[in-house]
Amino acid sequence: MGAIELKNVTFAYPNGFIANENLTLSINSGERVAIVGQNGAGKTTAVKLMNGLNKPTKGNVFINGMNTKDKTTAQISSYVGYVFQNPDDQIFNSNVKKEIEYMLRYLKLDEKEIERRVGRAVELTGIQDFLHMNPYDVPYSTRKFISIAAILAIETPYIILDEPTAGQDMSGIKALTTLMNVLQDEGKSVITITHDMEFVSDNFSRVVAMANKQIIADGTARKIFWNHDVVKQAKIKKPQIGELASDLGLSEDIILRKELVDLLINKY
Amino acid sequence: MKGIELKNVSYQYPLSEAFALKNIHYTFEKGKFYGIIGPNSAGKTTLCNLVRGLIPHFYEGELSGDVLIEGKDVREWDGSLLSTKIGYIFQNPFTQISGVKDTVLEEIALGLENLGIDKEEMIERVINVVKLLKIEDLIKKNPNNLSGGQRQRVAFASIIAMDNDILVIDEPTSQLDPESTADIFEIINMLKSQGKTILLVEHKVDLIAEYSDEVLVMENGHIAYSGTPSDVFSNIELIDRGVAIPQAALLSHDLQRQNKPFDFITITNEQAKQQIMKRMSCVNGSY
Ligand SMILES: Nc1ncnc2c1ncn2[C@@H]1O[C@H](COP(=O)(O)OP(=O)(O)OP(=O)(O)O)[C@@H](O)[C@H]1O
Ligand SMILES: [Mg+2]
Repeated sequence: MGAIELKNVTFAYPNGFIANENLTLSINSGERVAIVGQNGAGKTTAVKLMNGLNKPTKGNVFINGMNTKDKTTAQISSYVGYVFQNPDDQIFNSNVKKEIEYMLRYLKLDEKEIERRVGRAVELTGIQDFLHMNPYDVPYSTRKFISIAAILAIETPYIILDEPTAGQDMSGIKALTTLMNVLQDEGKSVITITHDMEFVSDNFSRVVAMANKQIIADGTARKIFWNHDVVKQAKIKKPQIGELASDLGLSEDIILRKELVDLLINKY
Repeated sequence: MKGIELKNVSYQYPLSEAFALKNIHYTFEKGKFYGIIGPNSAGKTTLCNLVRGLIPHFYEGELSGDVLIEGKDVREWDGSLLSTKIGYIFQNPFTQISGVKDTVLEEIALGLENLGIDKEEMIERVINVVKLLKIEDLIKKNPNNLSGGQRQRVAFASIIAMDNDILVIDEPTSQLDPESTADIFEIINMLKSQGKTILLVEHKVDLIAEYSDEVLVMENGHIAYSGTPSDVFSNIELIDRGVAIPQAALLSHDLQRQNKPFDFITITNEQAKQQIMKRMSCVNGSY
């Protein structure tokens, strides 16, 4: 059994709107997965099922074999860390350092351990200069990194990032890449929702595509991007270089710039 | 024709010692599409706040130099009049939704209501933007129950319904799927063709290269580079300064480094495609 397991899960919001339909998905320990797909497809709803913020209306979600229905959200959150799409939904302290320490104090860790974890989370997210500020006085892109640091500090084995690439500049994207590599080296599973197709092709081998409440494909980035129907339904696009290769009618399933460069050097 | 003129403008936020903007000298002409790029904290949002009059009307602090909007000094403009002239779309769609309305339809109408537009015209404008943004299936939803990308499209719709002459848009596609992102660029381009002046802050340089007339690169509060997309993006130095350039330009540079350059540095996929096709036909023709 996978570390995170969704079995035929359907989820309806309190107003009756069904946002996920019959999702089945298994993610292993240490695995890195990107979730892509149209706005409103149900991506955020689905990952909230994985950390217990949402409980299935039908079907079951298992984390390390535990059924989320039998556990409180607080219990599950020590296994699965979820970084909200909108940092303002997550952040509530008026000081950055306090925000990052908050869960650690709640977990009654000793001061030394708190210091170690905060230090590491701050280093990974590059927010050293903002620790004594009010989170609402920093730019959105930095606020996102603050919300990431707060979750990293909990040191859960599974981490979900909901659109961390939104609004990030080149150095922000680089920081995210490094951070995911470090987490993977530590054996953690990282699940990332993103609309940035270059980020997906550069960093993920497994991609899950969602459209209209359902998972419509689960496979390698190359397979997903070169599947015309999936791309269309999920309203995604190939990375720019893939688009170019496709426009040129190249049959090779190119998604990376290096691949196109090599082809051009060797053949043309 | 001149839309917004900045003459030697510098600005410091209250209580801040650093200059958020420094010696900005630039003229935004009417009816053009300006792409504003650069690393975060380089001053892009401050520049937006300046051209839409929030500085000095809302933010205090030290402003020097001249900001002329349609020839008139920003200090002399009436703040509320200015906000009907210039539409602003927030970077974070989560803050743009008012939260006081129960349906998306009413949310979009809210701004028009405040402008005192008559009911018939209001309905017509709302229907038009709903179609344009393809959000027909959202209009009855509660704005607070929308997904991130749905919110961003609704926020965009409510601003363009106001029909301002100048649009200052801060990352309108940050939460959007790739197809909707392309749609938004098409819409902005259409607004430009209606004569509107567009100032767009974006990280998606591939689309900026394709659509904008002029590109401004902000760095540490000043304009480090400006010019046509070709002028700006063929410069590989940008990368060292933390500014992304389009994939087509990167491809061009890669080939140049391997001694198989294109005829020029391509900055859009279309240009790269033409160059590659030319090469393919040479190779295939020699058989
Ligand atoms: N609290 C809620 N109550 C009712 N419906 C909701 C609620 N939150 C979201 N929805 C609806 O559920 C659907 C899925 O939303 P979700 O946020 O999961 O989408 P998403 O795939 O994350 O989209 P995006 O890419 O725009 O973030 C949408 O149609 C949305 O309008
Ligand atoms: Mg979402």
